[in-house]
Amino acid sequence: MRINISRKNINDLFVAKIQELSGQNLLACYQCGKCSAGCPAVSDMDLLPNQIIRYAQLGLKDELMHSKSIWVCASCMTCNVRCPRGIKIAEVIEAIRQILLRKRADHLPLENLSPEVKCQVPPIALISSFRKFTS
Amino acid sequence: MKLIYYPGCTLKNQAKNFEDAGLCALDKLGIEVQELERWNCCGTVFSLVTDDLIHHLAPVRVLIRTKEAKSNSLMTMCAMCFNTLKRANERVRADADALSTLNDLMYEEETKYEGDVDVYHLLEILKDKIGFETIRQKTVKPLQDLKVASYYGCYLIRPREIGIDDPENPQILEDLTASLGATPIDFPYKTECCAAYKTVDNPNIVAERTYQILNSARQLGAEVVVVSCPLCAFNLDARQKETSKLYPEFQHVPILYFTQLMALALGCSEEKLRLDLHYIDPKPILKSKGLI
Repeated sequence: MRINISRKNINDLFVAKIQELSGQNLLACYQCGKCSAGCPAVSDMDLLPNQIIRYAQLGLKDELMHSKSIWVCASCMTCNVRCPRGIKIAEVIEAIRQILLRKRADHLPLENLSPEVKCQVPPIALISSFRKFTS
Repeated sequence: MKLIYYPGCTLKNQAKNFEDAGLCALDKLGIEVQELERWNCCGTVFSLVTDDLIHHLAPVRVLIRTKEAKSNSLMTMCAMCFNTLKRANERVRADADALSTLNDLMYEEETKYEGDVDVYHLLEILKDKIGFETIRQKTVKPLQDLKVASYYGCYLIRPREIGIDDPENPQILEDLTASLGATPIDFPYKTECCAAYKTVDNPNIVAERTYQILNSARQLGAEVVVVSCPLCAFNLDARQKETSKLYPEFQHVPILYFTQLMALALGCSEEKLRLDLHYIDPKPILKSKGLI
């Protein structure tokens, strides 16, 4: 896969916004890969957690905004607990989700949920998925 | 001892039996429990972005209600409520401006929040305030020969700053089940995420995790798996049906809430457990051990 790296992307407001919303210093990451090694969701991800951080450092906005991974991460915090640099990767992923959700780009259209799903799953699951997947 | 109790949404709905079992068990331990008045939903997940103060309002309002109940501590039996309430509490304790903004937003509240309530999961209270030795002494029906794997999931133990035990190798549930007379089974997936709310939009992810988690516990000898989060309980129990579709050789494992095991061992009636509400029937294994 070819990736274009440019000074323009790196200095883009998108990178600053991720750092602001997540409260994390992206450049602290030295790509050890420990986050991805322990992530239970990697088999369903297109970008691994360490790649998400690298892409965020480089301002690869389109790749991140269209990645499947940001909707697969359930904020289980395994990566956060293990990062030797103290980076909260789950917060970075939440920041990317929020940038999208704040444009009213809901990931989970509520009208598509069947009555069976709404009756079967407990409120704790419904509310948390609304919180994570809707604006 | 009197505890102010926050039930949360799911222990009043699909998982009412987890609450009934917990309240009965606490009664057997001689603990007085008072449900918080006018409680509201905590929001279920802690908002992770820095500028999203409004989503901390619901948990902080719960802490205001606790103060109004003339208490400085709040107990919940749900790992997600515990995590959301405790993290919001720590967030406003560390940020006076955020706390002041939230108090301003809730200007109609008669009580101001000042960071002066502590949030506990029931397991912490069992360990630190009641003591597992006391529980052992009050056990009237030891869970003899019952091999129990403890599954912690995420929110009880992560992040480290608010977790009630070691995030990599927690022991608190094993210590509880051992004090109830059961045989704890250690297994490597006990802190692996069950995929939580992905159960709404992608149940197959949960079914895959359920396979990994329960298969591992079963292979190491577990007869039941005990949990401390009602969402883990639903996922690991209900999604076994989907797991069987993906893996026809998969063998079902009954899932029990820690309060149900307590109720059983401390002498509550079987009706309190409402085992009929479970997707995978725990009755055959409990009957075979002479526990019901």
